[in-house]
Amino acid sequence: MSQVIQHDEHYDPEGSKIGMWLFIFSELLLFGGLFIIYSVYRYLNHDAFHMAAGELNLTVGALNTLILLVSSMTIAMSTTALQKKQKGTAILLLEITFILAIIFLINKYFEWGVKFDHGIFPGSEYMKEEMSQGEVLFFGLYFVMTGLHALHIVAGLVIMGFALARVHKGTVHAGRPTLLENAGLYWHLVDLIWIFLFPLFYLIT
Amino acid sequence: MQASSKTPNDVSYLEYQGKHKGLWKWILSTDHKRIGLLYLYSMMTLFLVGVTLGLAMKFELIAPGKTIMEAKDYNAVFTVHGVIMIFMIVIPGLPAVFGNFMLPIMIGAKDVAFPKLNLLSWWVYIAGAILVISSVLFGDGSPDTGWTFYAPYSFKTGSNMLPAIFGAFVLGFSSILTGLNFIVTIHRMRAPGMTWTKMPLFPWTLYGTAWIQLLATPVVGITLVLVALERIFGIGVFDPALGGDPILYQHLFWIYSHPAVYVMILPAMGAISEIIPTFSQKHIFGYKAIVASTLAIAFVGYFVWGHHMFTSGMSGTAQYTFSILTFLVAIPSAIKVFNWISTMYKGSINLQTPFYWAAGFIFVFMIGGLSGLVVGALATNVYLHDTAFVVAHFHFIVFGGVGFSFFGAIHYWFPKMFGRMYDATWANIGWLIFTTGFLALYSPMFYLGMQGMPRRYYDYLEEFHAANILSTLGSWVMTLGLIIILINLFRSAKSGPIAPKDPWKGKTLEWTVPSPPPLENFDQIPEYHEKDGPYEYQ
Repeated sequence: MSQVIQHDEHYDPEGSKIGMWLFIFSELLLFGGLFIIYSVYRYLNHDAFHMAAGELNLTVGALNTLILLVSSMTIAMSTTALQKKQKGTAILLLEITFILAIIFLINKYFEWGVKFDHGIFPGSEYMKEEMSQGEVLFFGLYFVMTGLHALHIVAGLVIMGFALARVHKGTVHAGRPTLLENAGLYWHLVDLIWIFLFPLFYLIT
Repeated sequence: MQASSKTPNDVSYLEYQGKHKGLWKWILSTDHKRIGLLYLYSMMTLFLVGVTLGLAMKFELIAPGKTIMEAKDYNAVFTVHGVIMIFMIVIPGLPAVFGNFMLPIMIGAKDVAFPKLNLLSWWVYIAGAILVISSVLFGDGSPDTGWTFYAPYSFKTGSNMLPAIFGAFVLGFSSILTGLNFIVTIHRMRAPGMTWTKMPLFPWTLYGTAWIQLLATPVVGITLVLVALERIFGIGVFDPALGGDPILYQHLFWIYSHPAVYVMILPAMGAISEIIPTFSQKHIFGYKAIVASTLAIAFVGYFVWGHHMFTSGMSGTAQYTFSILTFLVAIPSAIKVFNWISTMYKGSINLQTPFYWAAGFIFVFMIGGLSGLVVGALATNVYLHDTAFVVAHFHFIVFGGVGFSFFGAIHYWFPKMFGRMYDATWANIGWLIFTTGFLALYSPMFYLGMQGMPRRYYDYLEEFHAANILSTLGSWVMTLGLIIILINLFRSAKSGPIAPKDPWKGKTLEWTVPSPPPLENFDQIPEYHEKDGPYEYQ
């Protein structure tokens, strides 16, 4: 006899967006701790950081920057498309974003792979014997920060996957686009962090 | 027998039959009140584990030399005691239990902004707790670094650090999600007409706390991850052998962990600011000063972390700056104490158990706060650093502050949460014994510290013996008080007399709904008008 009563679902798009922004603040502070460590060690080991940065592949870094910038654009376009009730376009643009994110990860995989082949990874014999302490710190931070960023790309993929499925199903639509908008916000954060990582590791020499 | 025509608000939240049965209807519930109780029960369990470890430590210290455990075991015991008490009890304590239960009701909402996220926070909390406990049960030796996980020992020691560190990280994540949820709830879901200056003070302190949780926790999160990575891969950032700087670890750790002290104490102050006007039947004195001092504490609290490191190696300028800032934090705290006392002045004071706890809170909080100034001043800090004095200081603040407020809050809101009254006589006896034990347990440590007894040793010189015996006896008396309090509450929750809607004649919104509240709290969302306010007593 007992009957399950569905009480009104509380829907507050403004609230959800504030929530996402707050989450982004906390993400920024997560990376903020790393940026502090980076700046302290850069100050203390200026020359070593200069030398170590030369080891990184600028082309791959630049390519990945371009990929993320374009993907940020496509996800923004996808949101606009959804608001204009062009569901097909929205899905297509979201899929492009998804694929770009995967390409980013593939690039990263090969970039790290080359470093590993050269014996550059935390705790390696090569790093202990051939590198100065400053260079060890540089690569320690490089792997941690780009690794953590890559994890955020994966998290972004999961969120986009949800958004994609919901847009397909029609539960995320022009009247209720919050999930897609939040996925976009999160993706811009991932992009933004990379925009700082790229110069810090690849460009400033 | 449930009638099919029942709406969710005909039955109380305790009786409401949702989609799930048995235990599931609790652990899968997204009702903020049930989640509050889930936190209450899980914390009580963990708290008893922490208390047992504390008792073991005090028993070890009843006499010099080995009493019941070796030095290594003592290190493990104070580490696990600290990790459990700090990360699982006092940091989430009041926000997770009373914040979850009372915040939506006090601001006139049906639930928090993200009920599912709220449930997730509890599950994340449980996952973190299990991780930490597993570090004791499995692997080669319990963590032995102290709850601060200081580098480089935390990645050099052979003990089972990884689960403890990841556990602390996961618990931080739960804390962030709760903070996020509360900020959005407070911004978006206050009842119509409840402007910021009409919001009760407990939600206000939760708001300040939530911002600290959100902005400070990630810093310690990443720091703990780095320690774990240091252990697994040897990345070098905190390892002096690889060029890293362990002092940097301390900075990053305290950038979070000092604000975390305000995560603990602010909601405690908030609960006290609810109890005192209710039992004085008087408008809270200086509402705006209390709000401003709450925000001031939350803000200035970010800039005082260096006072944990006066002896670690820091420039003179940094030391002066951190010391002055530390003294500044004392001002808003003192403002609150004056406001509470002024609220009682000429009030019609109703001497009930929550009021006793609130009075006890003010007493121990002042001792804790003033001793904080002693260790916050540079000259005395060098003398007292890492002595029993510091242990006494932070137990007065953290356990005295948060603990007294927690017990005050649970007696205050008990009728609302369980719909029954507790036995006041036993509750008062429990309070008296607990307070006596508390003072006997921690006061001697001030003396011991000033005599030079260091903290974190299982052994001490014969000259410290007498005061240590008093302290150990105190721990037994306090535990007896605790047992009386808990048994009384458990019995009363089952068979106490039925509680009316508003047993204390309180004026905040939670006293306008039935005890215990129905699923959606309010049949009709309340409205605040021009003259309404949270503390309008005649």
